[in-house]
Amino acid sequence: MSPSFIWETFVTLLAGVPVTLQLTVVSVLAGIALALVLAVLRLSRSRLARLFVSTYVFAFRGSPMLVQIFLIYYGLGQFKSTLQDLHLWYLFRDPYFCVLLALSLNTAAYGCEIIRGGLQSVPAQQVEAGRACGMSGLLLFRRITMPIAVRNIVPIYGNEVILMVKGTALASTVTIMEITGIAAKLIAETYRAFEVFAAAGALYLLINFFLMRLIGLVERAMSPHSRRTQRPSEAVEAIATTH
Amino acid sequence: MIEYLILFGTGPDGWGDDLAVGAAITIAVAIAGFLLGAVFGSLVAWARLAGNLPLRLLGEGYTTVLRGIPDLLVIYLFYFGGSAALGAIMGLFGSQGFVALPSFAVGAAAIGVVSAAYQAEVFRASFNALSQGEMEAARAAGMHNSLMFRRIIVPQLLRHAIPGLGNVWLLVVKESALVSVTGLAELMRTTQLAAGSTRLPFDFYLAGALIYLVITIFSTLLFAQAERRSRRGFREAMR
Repeated sequence: MSPSFIWETFVTLLAGVPVTLQLTVVSVLAGIALALVLAVLRLSRSRLARLFVSTYVFAFRGSPMLVQIFLIYYGLGQFKSTLQDLHLWYLFRDPYFCVLLALSLNTAAYGCEIIRGGLQSVPAQQVEAGRACGMSGLLLFRRITMPIAVRNIVPIYGNEVILMVKGTALASTVTIMEITGIAAKLIAETYRAFEVFAAAGALYLLINFFLMRLIGLVERAMSPHSRRTQRPSEAVEAIATTH
Repeated sequence: MIEYLILFGTGPDGWGDDLAVGAAITIAVAIAGFLLGAVFGSLVAWARLAGNLPLRLLGEGYTTVLRGIPDLLVIYLFYFGGSAALGAIMGLFGSQGFVALPSFAVGAAAIGVVSAAYQAEVFRASFNALSQGEMEAARAAGMHNSLMFRRIIVPQLLRHAIPGLGNVWLLVVKESALVSVTGLAELMRTTQLAAGSTRLPFDFYLAGALIYLVITIFSTLLFAQAERRSRRGFREAMR
């Protein structure tokens, strides 16, 4: 164990941070867009749409993400000539695109369930109160349902974002040099697994820490009503206990 | 159709038997890792609940770190780190070069260490859900720590923990696919080999995914059964 080697490794691994962050951000955003569509279908009246979404969610949550990545990257290679005819081959031969697609499809399955849960947890009284005030349809959704649902969704979605940061490590299995990819290469070159692991682990923890703080800020911005102003009696108490 | 029967059959050109063996190894390594994780996890949960400040911080650090780091990185650490450590020890006896560890043991250990972090959280939450009155009653009836643990805490703890443990088990099954990077011929690795040698990657990765889904379905049913069984004798709340 040498601290200077860990520090050198840490600096080398920094080159992978943009790739890891880019994979996370793009797939989370694409995943949210897809998850919204899926959640709407899931709550729709059409039986076929509901069946499609529940099958989709089950398939993507029930199988390992590694299989999903390989199915898209290596599996679709079987249809190379068809994809070439469709002029899509340049996309599917690119490991970066395939990983992004797999990560987005995967996180959408989890996101759909989170959004559905958030929408369903909006208290009926609030919606009824909105109706009583004469709101309906889009206005009711924009003013009442959505803001309450979003407050429920943001903290849970935070966990999903952290899971996605961890998920991007799988991109290294299809030759993408993000943090884990560089770490694996360094381990194979130096055989100093412990030091490289310590540096890479610290980097992931730092990323997760900052993302958690960011999500905390979003959460705070979303719920201005729960920001308590200190009441005089509490202020006195606070002073009394500190002295 | 016939081609598929041959391809996924048990004949000399069929991969059916290999995939079945792979699935069995996947389940075996997942069970080994899960049980190891249950042991580590209860120790970590105990450290977080009952320990003094340093133990509590250690337990909290463990769960935070292991849940924040990619599983793949932990598997690399165990595979290469374990081999390097063993190589260093063998070096003392004059042997040279890379000593490969048995990949089943490495996989189970890595899965165990990661799942311990998740299981510790499940155990901690279930312990906190126990009613304090039950413990006081046990004390009043004259039970000592170990007796109370066996008779009062464990049965109720498991009842609360089963749904959470079911989720961790599904995570473990999916995580076991990552052990394929060490070369262990479990389901994922076998699928890779079949995909490569038949040049039908789509068919085989799809088949692999379906087998994982079958394992998931059976696990879900099994845990639902266990949950029902653990709740026998409890009146369901009115719906």
